[in-house]
Amino acid sequence: MGSGQVNGARERFVRTGGVELCVAELGDAGRPTVLLVHGYPDSKEVWSEVAARLAEHFHVVLYDVRGHGRSTAPAPLRGGFTLEKLTDDFLAVADAVSPDAPVHLVGHDWGSVQAWEFTTVERTRGRIASFTSISGPSLDHFGHWIKKRMTRPTPRKVGQLLGQGAKSWYVYMLHTPVLPELAWRGPLGKQWPRLLRRVEKVPGDGYPTSSLPSDAAHGAWLYRDNVRARLRRPRPDARAHAPVQLITPTGDIFLSPQLYDELERWVPRLTRRTVAAKHWVPRTRPDQLASWIREFVISAEAPGSVPATARTEPVRKGRRADAYAQRFGGQLVLVTGAASGIGRATAFAFAEAGARVVAVDRDGEGAARTAELAGLIGAAEAWGEQTDVSDEAAMEKLAAKVAAEYGIVDVLVNNAGIGLSGSFFATTPEDWKKVLDVNLWGVIHGCRLFGAQMAGRGQGGHIVNTASAAAYQPSKALPAYATSKAAVLMLSECLRAELAGQGIGVTAVCPGFVNTDITATARFAGVDAAEEKRRQKRASRLYGLRNYPPEKVADAILHAVLTDRAVVPVTPEARGAHLMSRFTPKALRAIARVEPPL
Amino acid sequence: MSSGVGVDARLRGFRQVQALAYECAEAVAAQLTPGVTEREAARMQRVWLRERGVRDWFHLPFAWFGDRTAFVGFKVPLQFFPTNRVLEEGMPYILDMAPVFNGHTADIGYSGCLGPNPLHDKLLDDLEAHRELILAEVRERRPLREIYEDVERLMQRQGYANRHRAYPFGVIAHKVDRVKERRFNPTVFGFGTQSLKGLASDALHGHRDGWSPLWSPYRFSDHPPQPGLWAVEPHLGFRGRARSSRSCWW
Repeated sequence: MGSGQVNGARERFVRTGGVELCVAELGDAGRPTVLLVHGYPDSKEVWSEVAARLAEHFHVVLYDVRGHGRSTAPAPLRGGFTLEKLTDDFLAVADAVSPDAPVHLVGHDWGSVQAWEFTTVERTRGRIASFTSISGPSLDHFGHWIKKRMTRPTPRKVGQLLGQGAKSWYVYMLHTPVLPELAWRGPLGKQWPRLLRRVEKVPGDGYPTSSLPSDAAHGAWLYRDNVRARLRRPRPDARAHAPVQLITPTGDIFLSPQLYDELERWVPRLTRRTVAAKHWVPRTRPDQLASWIREFVISAEAPGSVPATARTEPVRKGRRADAYAQRFGGQLVLVTGAASGIGRATAFAFAEAGARVVAVDRDGEGAARTAELAGLIGAAEAWGEQTDVSDEAAMEKLAAKVAAEYGIVDVLVNNAGIGLSGSFFATTPEDWKKVLDVNLWGVIHGCRLFGAQMAGRGQGGHIVNTASAAAYQPSKALPAYATSKAAVLMLSECLRAELAGQGIGVTAVCPGFVNTDITATARFAGVDAAEEKRRQKRASRLYGLRNYPPEKVADAILHAVLTDRAVVPVTPEARGAHLMSRFTPKALRAIARVEPPL
Repeated sequence: MSSGVGVDARLRGFRQVQALAYECAEAVAAQLTPGVTEREAARMQRVWLRERGVRDWFHLPFAWFGDRTAFVGFKVPLQFFPTNRVLEEGMPYILDMAPVFNGHTADIGYSGCLGPNPLHDKLLDDLEAHRELILAEVRERRPLREIYEDVERLMQRQGYANRHRAYPFGVIAHKVDRVKERRFNPTVFGFGTQSLKGLASDALHGHRDGWSPLWSPYRFSDHPPQPGLWAVEPHLGFRGRARSSRSCWW
């Protein structure tokens, strides 16, 4: 059996309304029940990866929706797939597997569309403890969404309507008679697994199952029986009676995120999450889904509590902060150079978003301090690690420890760096070695070790490398530093190209003049100790006068991860230089000749 | 540090007014509930102190709630004045008052939090290190400007931002002295004129002798500690939350 199958499941059949439903159970039946409902064109096997991860903690139940997988199809098909009948099926399964306690629902795609119906009709009240919705809106909410935009068509609303209208092309296709069935039982059914791998990047591991052509042919009636009726006359009372966690894949080609804009109107207790992935997240991001579902189910079991990584602080609210919390809550983030400056600010920013933070620095005390404070401002968990990024063996040890104890890193921030100023001829080979070891080799080790773990897991991630405005702004005062940072910039660009196919984004951040203590610890080549001290002080003073706070760079880093940007100049002067490097490189070269006022 | 007749009595006077100020802070803090505004909190302090015989101020009482405790986005001094910001559950607050009582001045900052907050406790703990550092370095008679820089470095190492830099002249402390008691005590921009007069006269004398009653990061503070009573307030800021404390010594 491949991993497309549900391994070790106890199977049984539940008879209801003229069909037999194939129900699979995993895990200890005494624990809270998590009921997974699949979408279209799928069978319960779409959940195999997520179910295996959840089975350690819960009683996991999956079933084939009528007409799919090993469940039988209603006869006749027309009128056999209405949401009312699907609700009957759900209640029959829930009563069979968890007669005494309400169940935690999880739905993907059409499974989520159904589950919205379950969660919003009156007769299921008390049978549902929580609902996690993935990529499937309520048809009633959708109907109201369309109506609202049609009755008051502002340009933005028309744009949203047209956008979603274009994404719903397959819905129109499925309403044609006979042709979809012929296609699914013929060429489309054969090509579908390959299409999924190519377009959706779903790993080819035994999924989809061989029942796909008949699943897809029967499932067309899901659309024909419900979509037109519900969109024309959406129920006015479709309010959820259970807490809902909405997980929105940002790269979904079938559903636009704006569909959920007014969801708070229907759901009193809503937790939002976003994940950078395409539509088939149960196959492509099982770790992330399992961890969010686990957290949500646990919080729903203890009434009155909110998911630990979705807490909102009384201070610092805002749309951006919300977006960060939705995306980074519970994710594992590793930041190097986290004992001060940009690294520390970045660790704090991720902590405020509810991430789990590993703060790495060669100053172990400072890293521990960062971790301690991160834990106080909202990090789900935080650890400090003392490691010199330029030490290959130490980095290997760290990577092994992090993977074993904390898990696979979701966001890696290679930030550790040192400053070196002085003319080329004053820079000794030792100076060169030192600056390249930290600024370049530190990044290489980080990308090599943690990037390999990310790629090996195959569930996406993001790498941020801190380059510098000096990466594209030459200067006669910074030959070694600028060289190391230019290398980091190019490394990031190459890596971005290489990892694009695996859902891993790579960003190079170019901060510019930021008020951190890199100036106070920078080496000035070719001058004596006293002069070096004086220049450090003078440089610190100038950067202090510029006073661009590292917190703003941290915000730029989070935003870059959120929007998957390639190169991010941060300060106005860094942006200006970036623009000039493209359009007037000669002017930059002229600036490069200026002696800095130190 | 300074000797002379009546030092004990004067010190007692300062201690008395400082104790009164802390008593006021605790009394007002106990009355803070969700929904109270900064203006109301400031008025509560003013009324409480007036009732107990305070007639003059070094500055009128201030109150800051939420991210205003860290002076987020403060560009002009007028932003220090209390606003209609409403206190919410879990919000940090600072009550800052400088009453003059029997001719003695105190200037204290009292920070708290509505409800339990481990971060607040942490900040208060870390503030203790600053108190020790400042006292130790003053006893060594290091130049005030250097002490200021050391305090800033310690804050940075602790992971905090220096928020007293937002005060006028970026001062961490200022000298306080006895103030003449008058029947009419007007204030200018929230500062008592008698105290400003004292500060101005100190500044004049100091300017001649090479010291300043304002303890700042600038060159005019590049001198050893001047004997007298100083109100010292290191102000820690951390991502939109802040704590400050004041201590005085002779």
